[in-house]
Amino acid sequence: MRVNMTVNGRPYEADDVWEGESLLYVLRERLGLPGSKNACEQGECGSCTVRLDGVPVCACLVAAGQAEGREVVTVEGLADHARQRSVTRAAEAAGAVRPAEPEADQPGEPEADPSTGPGPSRPGQVVGAPLAPVQQAFIDAGAVQCGFCTPGLLVAADELLERNPEPSDADIREALSGNLCRCTGYEKILDAVRLAAARTGEGA
Amino acid sequence: MAADRTLNAPTGVAADRTASAPTSLTQATGAPRGTVGESAPRPDGTLKVTGEFAYSSDLWHEDMLWGFTLRSPHAHAAIRSIDTAAALALPGVYAVMTHDDLPAGTHYGLEIRDQPVLAKDRVRYHGEPVAIVAADHPETARRAAARIAVEYEELPLVVGEATATAPDAPLLHPGRRDHHASHVPHPNIVHRQPIRRGDVPAARARADVVVRRDYEVGMQDQAFLGPESGLAVPAEDGGVDLYIATQWLHVDRDQLAPVLGLPADKVRLTLSGVGGAFGAREDLSMQAHACLLALRTGRPVKIVYNRYESFFGHVHRHPAKLTYEHGAARDGTLLYVQCRIVLDGGAYASSSPAVVGNAASLSIGPYVVENVDVEAVALYSNNPPCGAMRGFGAVQACFAYEAQMDAVAAELGLDPVEFRQRNAMSQGATMPTGQVVDSPAPVAELLRRVKALPMPPERAWETAGGPVDVRALPGGLSNTTHGEAVVRGVGYAVGIKNVGFSEGFDDYSTARIRLEVIGGEPVALVHTAMAEVGQGGVTVHTQIARTELGVDRVTLHPADTRVGSAGSTSASRQTYMTGGAVKHACEAVRAEVLRRGRERFGASHPGWAEPERLRLADGKVVTDGGEVIGDLAGILGDGAIDLEREFRHRPTEPFDLRTGQGFGHVQYSFCAHRAVVEVDTELGLVKVVELAAAQDVGKAINPLSVVGQIHGGSTQGLGLAVMEEIVVSADGARVRNPSFTDYLIPTILDTPAMPVEVLELADDHAPYGLRGVGEAPTLSSTPAVVAAIRAATGFPLRRVPVRPEHLTQLTHLTHPAGG
Repeated sequence: MRVNMTVNGRPYEADDVWEGESLLYVLRERLGLPGSKNACEQGECGSCTVRLDGVPVCACLVAAGQAEGREVVTVEGLADHARQRSVTRAAEAAGAVRPAEPEADQPGEPEADPSTGPGPSRPGQVVGAPLAPVQQAFIDAGAVQCGFCTPGLLVAADELLERNPEPSDADIREALSGNLCRCTGYEKILDAVRLAAARTGEGA
Repeated sequence: MAADRTLNAPTGVAADRTASAPTSLTQATGAPRGTVGESAPRPDGTLKVTGEFAYSSDLWHEDMLWGFTLRSPHAHAAIRSIDTAAALALPGVYAVMTHDDLPAGTHYGLEIRDQPVLAKDRVRYHGEPVAIVAADHPETARRAAARIAVEYEELPLVVGEATATAPDAPLLHPGRRDHHASHVPHPNIVHRQPIRRGDVPAARARADVVVRRDYEVGMQDQAFLGPESGLAVPAEDGGVDLYIATQWLHVDRDQLAPVLGLPADKVRLTLSGVGGAFGAREDLSMQAHACLLALRTGRPVKIVYNRYESFFGHVHRHPAKLTYEHGAARDGTLLYVQCRIVLDGGAYASSSPAVVGNAASLSIGPYVVENVDVEAVALYSNNPPCGAMRGFGAVQACFAYEAQMDAVAAELGLDPVEFRQRNAMSQGATMPTGQVVDSPAPVAELLRRVKALPMPPERAWETAGGPVDVRALPGGLSNTTHGEAVVRGVGYAVGIKNVGFSEGFDDYSTARIRLEVIGGEPVALVHTAMAEVGQGGVTVHTQIARTELGVDRVTLHPADTRVGSAGSTSASRQTYMTGGAVKHACEAVRAEVLRRGRERFGASHPGWAEPERLRLADGKVVTDGGEVIGDLAGILGDGAIDLEREFRHRPTEPFDLRTGQGFGHVQYSFCAHRAVVEVDTELGLVKVVELAAAQDVGKAINPLSVVGQIHGGSTQGLGLAVMEEIVVSADGARVRNPSFTDYLIPTILDTPAMPVEVLELADDHAPYGLRGVGEAPTLSSTPAVVAAIRAATGFPLRRVPVRPEHLTQLTHLTHPAGG
């Protein structure tokens, strides 16, 4: 069968897809997007987590045909996704602020600078390829070891911060409980999500 | 259409990318960051967070085929016939191979070549490879394998010591002629290592307190996340290029070449991205199968296991039965330890002999005991093959000896930490092997540090005025308690692990360094065959090169077999060994820089005459007085310096086969844990509230990575304590839980806060004084957690993992052997 979908804002078309193929297989093997990982292929480890019409899902449990005509965001598109979100929010904030200045300090509304991701002084950054705050924070906090769980954790953590910019530790643990990591013991992953939240809150 | 990203893709640590990240960091902050002792960022970090890092399962090649493995459904059976005709007839199938199709060698193995590439007339464990298929779609390959007709005749099972050593026991490997065959008491025993020192009967007669108990450790899985996978590409010269996730490229190659019937130089391996290892990638998995299919079809072949197959695709941690007897004097002095450790090695030897050596030599823990009588054995059986996993024989022993230390302390009425400290070894102590520990061994201090840490707050589930936060309770969001019947317990443990390969093994690593000027700036290229499996060795190499050569830009060459062996990424050895090789090679390059500088500029400054007083920093040659007398770019000009060097640790010697005496280990590492748990005593649910660690690392080359290793190791120990076990059916020796649904590893909800104290007491024998870090935290974590559960519940708990039924007095209903 033929499957059409939008991945990271770009239209994709896959031909000769066998009906039994998962969204994960099509992303990895047919569309050249192997960032989403294949650690268990049974929905237990979360390393294939992608956004499907905004909702985090295990791509291994979604039949490729179910993605027909829908929007997918993978780790490869996470930086763009975060940048667009911050642009949108800045525009919304600007629109909201003007008529009601005294209430500008609304709780939970991050002040985002639309033009920049993390600043150029952050370690590990490739010039010209700004990362999403959560990606940069994973590098800086030491949350990446083998890195196989990282793409799924990043998509899940970014989605958490999108709906809850100031999560408590218990919130972070709950949101990431579907993502297995075998290397880090999760401590540095918690650090990374806290760091990303703090930086976003500062408008970094 | 898939994008063409394959044959470059395996060079995941792409040279220019890797160099650019740390360099831009240094320039941006204005302060050098990334030398030895600093938490330099990973050179592969950006690639890993953007999804661009190419793991071995991500590879793709034009025209590639997919390989699939047919495995035995039986643990022990004779193969009467194999019919592949129906599989070959399936459209899209390019090759089907069985044992009869092997072109050359038929067996492989790390120490003993006893494992068939494909089973011939007999299968010895559930999941043993029987046939392989190559097809143009993974599903086609799977369907073809299902069409292969294999006629089996089941054979009697060997499943434990009693059946293995019975007079009429079926022999797993009849007629074995390996180097252990002559000294083992039975052919179904892979290796036996006794250790005898002092006079145990006399000490027993003097003991005021004697504690003798049996312990059991379940079969743990490494459960790395990146499945076994790789891509084999046939080459025009008749050889093969294999892009692979492994722990030791050269030993993979040395096992593959005889199987493929090729000279070693035609079997070229390049490390692909590795999604964790923990010992499970020491043995071959799909390497030979992919290469055989590629050479047979003339097409690139990719094999990727799924999680189910991964549980059959690698060795596990040896399950163990241990019997320990400790005797102590009333004043708290340990007088003797007698113990017997039986490790089940499963169907093939893998690294069982070395695991036996470790279990025996580290069997009594980091304590001074004058009288010791130890025996460790590994069995051949029809259980899944077992071999390397983080901790390697020391984990099983640590669970038992630390439980014993608590039990003896209780008998003596002593505080368990104080009792340990009273008997703790320190520098200068003698091991049961007679080896004198000649570098710091701060065992008592590590215990003191974890004990001194503040306790986590009590009843954290209570919120000010609000409802309880069930997330802080055992059972979590299952909402099984609001604090009723929840009891806290605290437990302590400490362990000892060897670093590096032991028992006389010629353990070395190789590094090649090229220093040249690119774009007016000196750049160091580091080329090793070290398997980066996530531990951060690549980061360490950039730090060492920067430190030794005074350059800013360091590029990492992909790891491959074009440079000399780096040895295995195991035994906590890579920072010591390949880090040592990089340092050694950089020193040689630096000497050559200074020689060339002296040759060209020696007349201009007297400092050139004393190279031992010169160093390289910020691209300059600097005297010990801080005066700049030359610069690297000027000295090098258009000429590169390119040198390869080997590095060896000091030699060790084998343990005597009767007494176990010998200078067997090159270095020891120590970690202590304090575990705080809360147990729902009605349901038997455990929440580990905090797991604190203190470890001596000699020198923290990269402090952030060191702490990450301690966290990760502690968590794997926690998993063994309360959840992780491969369950093998008693009647058929079949694996019952080969999935992440049924084999549980800790999630972020199961893992507590883990404060870490790092000591840096230099080992003068090691580069920078460092001590291998990776494994020690995996040892003491398990017994500390179980000690805390014992303290909370009062149950004896002599088996791990501890399950809810062990904590609710229902054990006899479900686990006859448990509890």
